[in-house]
Amino acid sequence: MAEGPNSARGTGSNKPGLSLHVPEPKFRPGDAVDFGHVDIGAPGQLSRPDETCHPRELHEHAYGLVRVLGDDDRAHGPWDPKLDADTLRTMLANMALTRAFDERMFRGQRQGKTSFYMKCTGEEATSISAAMALAADDMVFPSYRQQGILIARGYPLIEMINQIYSNKGDKLKGRQLPIMYSSREKSFFTISGNLATQTPQAVGWAMASAIRGDSRIAATWVGEGSTAEGDFHSACTFATVYNAPVILNVVNNQWAISSFSGFAGSERTTFAARALGYGLAGLRVDGNDALACYAAERWAANRARANAGPTLIEFFTYRAEGHSTSDDPSGYRSAQERSEWPLGDPVNRLKNHLIALGEWDEDRQAEMDREAAERVRATTKEAEANGILGHGLHHPFRTMFEDVFEELPWHLKEQAEQAIKERQIKWPGSLDQ
Amino acid sequence: MSLAQTDCKPAATGAQGRRINMIEAINEALEIMLARDPDVIVMGEDVGYFGGVFRCTAGLQEKFGKSRVFDTPISECGIVAVAVGMGAYGLRPVPEIQFADYIYPGLDQLISEAARLRYRSAGEFIAPMTVRSPFGGGIFGGQTHSQSPEAIFTHVAGLKTVIPATPHDAKGLLIAAIEDNDPVIFFEPKRIYNGPFNGYYDRPAQAWKNHPDSAVPEGYYKIPLGQARKVTEGEALTVLAYGTMVHVAEAVCREKSVDAEILDLRTLVPLDIAAIEASVEKTGRCLIVHEATRTSGFGAELSALVTERCFYHLEAPVERVTGFDTPYPHSLEWAYFPGPVRIGEALDKILQD
Ligand SMILES: Cc1ncc(C[n+]2csc(CCOP(=O)(O)OP(=O)(O)O)c2C)c(N)n1
Repeated sequence: MAEGPNSARGTGSNKPGLSLHVPEPKFRPGDAVDFGHVDIGAPGQLSRPDETCHPRELHEHAYGLVRVLGDDDRAHGPWDPKLDADTLRTMLANMALTRAFDERMFRGQRQGKTSFYMKCTGEEATSISAAMALAADDMVFPSYRQQGILIARGYPLIEMINQIYSNKGDKLKGRQLPIMYSSREKSFFTISGNLATQTPQAVGWAMASAIRGDSRIAATWVGEGSTAEGDFHSACTFATVYNAPVILNVVNNQWAISSFSGFAGSERTTFAARALGYGLAGLRVDGNDALACYAAERWAANRARANAGPTLIEFFTYRAEGHSTSDDPSGYRSAQERSEWPLGDPVNRLKNHLIALGEWDEDRQAEMDREAAERVRATTKEAEANGILGHGLHHPFRTMFEDVFEELPWHLKEQAEQAIKERQIKWPGSLDQ
Repeated sequence: MSLAQTDCKPAATGAQGRRINMIEAINEALEIMLARDPDVIVMGEDVGYFGGVFRCTAGLQEKFGKSRVFDTPISECGIVAVAVGMGAYGLRPVPEIQFADYIYPGLDQLISEAARLRYRSAGEFIAPMTVRSPFGGGIFGGQTHSQSPEAIFTHVAGLKTVIPATPHDAKGLLIAAIEDNDPVIFFEPKRIYNGPFNGYYDRPAQAWKNHPDSAVPEGYYKIPLGQARKVTEGEALTVLAYGTMVHVAEAVCREKSVDAEILDLRTLVPLDIAAIEASVEKTGRCLIVHEATRTSGFGAELSALVTERCFYHLEAPVERVTGFDTPYPHSLEWAYFPGPVRIGEALDKILQD
């Protein structure tokens, strides 16, 4: 029968029947969590090869874990970036500010001030330390969870909040979902909601920089779940073919909404090890260790800037909170995972390191946290004067039609007139502003 | 004027008392088909243990096991492609694409492959898959959680496109789609998953339980693909709509006391052209309503068909009410949405003499 699926199964042979493997995470809601199976190596254990090395020399670095900060809160081994105390305090301050910002914005969404928010709690080092290891004009192509880059680059908080509130102060004109920032001035590419699209784009930017004989490099961030998309594999292929000056950062926070990293292929390999097959340099890094994150990103930046080629970095970390304000992780993972995560919390670890160096103390930390919260609170108030989502203080209706093309074609002109007319029908006497 | 919906209800609706929403209806259809047909496979991002970000597959993995209902890697290309391969083996996959906005990475596998297997192999291989995906706006989802890309698929030879507007239809149409031996794109209007949104966004939201079409029979039933549903009987004009816009158009016609004959198309390809012709020949006027962008939208196809086939019965030019030709904006969502004001104006225009 040509019609209808052919349900022939069991061909009568005596060969053993096959079975499908479907990955399953170790822990589900209610389970006691023991991460004993996660091999985290030891700080200072791995060598630091020359930046121009051949990818084949990085086998251990792609399967092991580059770590610097030990349980003794000290820096260990050749990957210690030996940053001065001021730089470390700046890093800590950026991380604390990001955390305070996330707390407030999350609450703002719950209070109905906007539609959506995403935190990066527990992953701050993967964006902040990494961004600090790049030059300010290196181009970044982030995913939606790298608000830390903007904060590290000194982007005004008020611009971020205006964007989140989609208000009349939003320089993206209220068009994008909250947190989908864009800042050309900060060399921060416009964020897409479509996963992994930014990864080959970063490669293209890096190729352009090479074509022009520029000295700037590109870096991109993508979640481990999103590495399953074809775009990511295009990025790897183009990066290796053109030896592009690019860094592909894979943030392995273990979860992609409700799917654990096994659904992106982590059960039998690492994400960093993907690099080796492509002929890219690959580093697997403790993503909760701010010093290791900085050191790895700087290594890759040096490599790219020396025309020695691209690097894929896997930041091994943990998504401490839900995927977004639309998600409740208690439905699919054990609540204990967060506290049991063997690599701790990045903010605490950096703070404890500074204290161990005699460069910081708990009082100063408490003061810094207070100041961060206060700054976010005050800026939030300031942004609220520009409006919150759905309360009328938005951009004029006609702006909806701008930027579809460089110039408005006739049909968009007509549609803009229609939109403004509808406004006047609904709110007689109102002006479009 | 006649607005009694019950007059036009399909015979299959017989359940008394039981009221379910569209998510539950879809879940039931999947459960029934998984139980009836061992070839049916349900898969997609977050659909397994978690049961889908909109909960449409809740409980199914527990019931049917991990090799019948499972999570997939985040690769829409891969999801569609493995569904093609499973279909070639003889299975009947029902993949979910988490949002219609994310179906594009799978387009080559849908357009060049799934849609053409039967044709290029002269029937040796088919792709009996049903790709489910939530679509449409009205949830402040911004440009990547709001699109209505149905016209991209209706333009492809070899794909069927189905869009339910009620829990009752969602269940019956999904069962028919799964049993269909051709690839079906099954778009679920996410704004009406929980209630029949009527476009008046500043009024309290309605729940399905107060709507007659939330009375959904238990067990197996089908609504054949290619049959429109007459939502209201009327004389003044014909309104062609599908998905969320059926409810919006109905509410606006009721508010304005317009004696409209509203057809819920339910299936865009194959289209119920006979129902459209019969209605337009009776009323002499036709308004087409969809949420998708206007240019090359499905409304253009409908307008052409009505003009070609009913020209001598028309008393006014065919009108289209659509979304604007921009990406779906976030803060100006309701200015974009083809709501009561836009529909009301078009009704006034088409009925003016
Ligand atoms: C092409 C595409 N498919 C699906 C989605 C829906 N989606 C948004 S985030 C997400 C999970 C991504 O997980 P991961 O890449 O691990 O990043 P994380 O959220 O953990 O930072 C999914 C499936 C999307 N945005 N784009």
